[in-house]
Amino acid sequence: MTDDNSIERAAPGDGELPQPMVRRRRVNASLIWLVPALAALVGLSLVINNWLQAGPQITISFQSAEGLDAGKTPVKYKNVVIGRVNKIHLSGDRSHVLVNVALEKSAEGFATRDTRFWVVRPRIGLGGVSGIDTLLSGAFIGADVGDSTEYEDDFKGLELPPSVNHGAPGRSFTLHSDDLGSLDIGSPVYYRRIQVGRVASYELDKDGKGVLLHIFVDGPNDKFVTRSARFWNASGVDVSIGANGLKLNTQSLATVLAGGVAFQDPPGPHDSTPAPEDNAYQLFGDQTTAMAPPDGAPHYIRMRFEQSVRGLAVDAPVEFLGINIGKVASVRLDYDEKTQRFPVLVGAVVYPQRLGAAYDKLEALAKAHGENPDLSQLMGHLVEHGLRAQARTGNLLTGQLYVALDFIPKTPKVAFDPAAKPLTIPTVTGSFDKLQEQMAGIVDKLDKVPFDSIGQNLDQTLVGLNRTLKQVNGQTLPALSDTLHGVQRTMGTANETLAGDSPLQQNLGATLEQLQRMARSLRVLTDYLGGHPEALVRGRQADPKPAEPKPVTTPAALSPAQGSKP
Amino acid sequence: MSALPRAAELGLIACAVCGQVCRAVPGDPRLDGDSVGDAMACPRCGSTLRRRKPQSYARTWALLIAAFIMYIPANVLPIMRTASLNDIDDNTIISGVVELWVKGSPDLAIIVFTASIVVPMLKFLALGTLLVSSWRGSGWARVQRAKLYRLVELIGYWSMLDVFVVALLTALVRFSVLSLVEPLPGVIFFGLTVVLTMLAAMSFDPRLIWDGKDTDD
Repeated sequence: MTDDNSIERAAPGDGELPQPMVRRRRVNASLIWLVPALAALVGLSLVINNWLQAGPQITISFQSAEGLDAGKTPVKYKNVVIGRVNKIHLSGDRSHVLVNVALEKSAEGFATRDTRFWVVRPRIGLGGVSGIDTLLSGAFIGADVGDSTEYEDDFKGLELPPSVNHGAPGRSFTLHSDDLGSLDIGSPVYYRRIQVGRVASYELDKDGKGVLLHIFVDGPNDKFVTRSARFWNASGVDVSIGANGLKLNTQSLATVLAGGVAFQDPPGPHDSTPAPEDNAYQLFGDQTTAMAPPDGAPHYIRMRFEQSVRGLAVDAPVEFLGINIGKVASVRLDYDEKTQRFPVLVGAVVYPQRLGAAYDKLEALAKAHGENPDLSQLMGHLVEHGLRAQARTGNLLTGQLYVALDFIPKTPKVAFDPAAKPLTIPTVTGSFDKLQEQMAGIVDKLDKVPFDSIGQNLDQTLVGLNRTLKQVNGQTLPALSDTLHGVQRTMGTANETLAGDSPLQQNLGATLEQLQRMARSLRVLTDYLGGHPEALVRGRQADPKPAEPKPVTTPAALSPAQGSKP
Repeated sequence: MSALPRAAELGLIACAVCGQVCRAVPGDPRLDGDSVGDAMACPRCGSTLRRRKPQSYARTWALLIAAFIMYIPANVLPIMRTASLNDIDDNTIISGVVELWVKGSPDLAIIVFTASIVVPMLKFLALGTLLVSSWRGSGWARVQRAKLYRLVELIGYWSMLDVFVVALLTALVRFSVLSLVEPLPGVIFFGLTVVLTMLAAMSFDPRLIWDGKDTDD
């Protein structure tokens, strides 16, 4: 303090100002430039980091950018964000939107040729609900990477999520079908009513005559798809009224609504080795046709019916000895100039393979005989042996007809041309028509019966009978009545005679009594004679006196004995 | 009118801490603070004596440049992530301003824009102008430039507005699933920018405005 004061006091005087102290500078380098250097370094590192982190920029085209948001919408693979939408703009022709996506550095592998992108939005369908989480978080772009390593930065986004992820266990197969039916991408594939896969995609055949379906069966159930597996369309309710009656088939309620495919091995011996990837199958319309033995090549036959075939519809079954071997393909009228009649031409498709072993045997036999094992040849033999086509009633209720190929005994031989195309099978009239014919025959025979003369004769006979009956009434019956009266009288007399109080009865009783008495006397006589045979000579002697009774102890006991003596 | 003498011309130097005036040799490099070697200290309180803030130009320039470098990531990087139920939003300063404007709070947008874009830019411009003009010893509008300097120092703190907003929201809005606010790296760079500009303003010696050629007369 005193120093200060002294200094302050000394201040007014010029030249009395203190001199500054000299101090050694410790640091003299201009370190301040480190700050911008550091800042630059940080900035640079940011830039470098950003540059290193930046993955490839790819462009995905979609039909619409619904739900997509530039700068926000993430690209996810297995729910891991691998990139983000940068920019969305329309394509040059405004037909679709181009979405620019910045992939992360670590997701470089997604910029390859077979990577698929699609927008995950909440989807509620009959098959289930998917992407429900996107209701809250907003849509995102899903990605599925493939095997390719070829770089690609221009993609066409899928409009629907792929039903099969790349590398998922399982196998895909191809199905051929006439039409798609109610199937769709994602429709279930059932094996024993358990869902084991789904329809992955479908497309038209190259020639447009059918549909090609790609299905994917998840592992490990893909092993049930064997080489001989049969696939059928399990969707919908199959109601059919045919010659076989009413039929109703469904798989499950879900498939009724959403459609589906089912498969199973055919019954009987079959190749049960698992089918290879992308094996092609036929998709049948229903289980029955799917399970039927393999049809083989179809053959067309024609039949010419001379009678009405009302009730014979297209698709009516053609049966060979009760086995369905085909169906009616066409029913057309023809005109025969000669007979002025309208025969019906029925065309049918038959599958001889459905005869199975029988057909094989026939073929083998034909080969063994050095003949052409062709259906026409075989048919020729069969026709020789009486094979005929017949329209029969399959269902009395509906009147549906079916075509039966059967061996009809004692049919007249017909000419058969095995070279004809199509093969024409001779026909016989159907069972119902036959019945009609028989009825007509019976009526004819009945017509021939001489009902008139029979009636006249019968009338005469009845007149005669009438006369006879009158005679009987007038003469015979009164006489009979008299006779009966006589009989009655006789019976009355007999009754009187036999009654208990009749004199006859009384006489008879007295007589019998006399006879009884006589018999008793006779017995006494014989008895006496037995004891005394001398009586015959001497006559009857007096009876000996009875012996003196022995003295008795008590007079009381004695008196009754005396008394009892005669 | 002739110029009034300056302290340096009279061989005087005042201690910036205790106000002690000392006699010093005019033009002694040890009093400039830029010299290499010894430095002068106040004989009374012992604090270093300087005619001007040491290396004022260099420091201000360096800090200003550093601030400017930081200002780039501060604007490019997002400063805040707001996640609500269905939406994750990363906002940079500009996008935040735009969003505020679009969503119908132009007043707020203007405030944020002023605090986060206008003010820092203004500071860069003002300090740059001050530095260049003073360095060239220009006598142009010295009073206005001095006012400008005071303004720059004054508004320095208020540039932290964005940082405050982010810090407050981050602390307040934490409803996990429903909504969430998170700071993102941009805010750090923005904070650094503000701090660095403040430091730059502090390291600028306004007396430099008045140095150099006198053009008052």
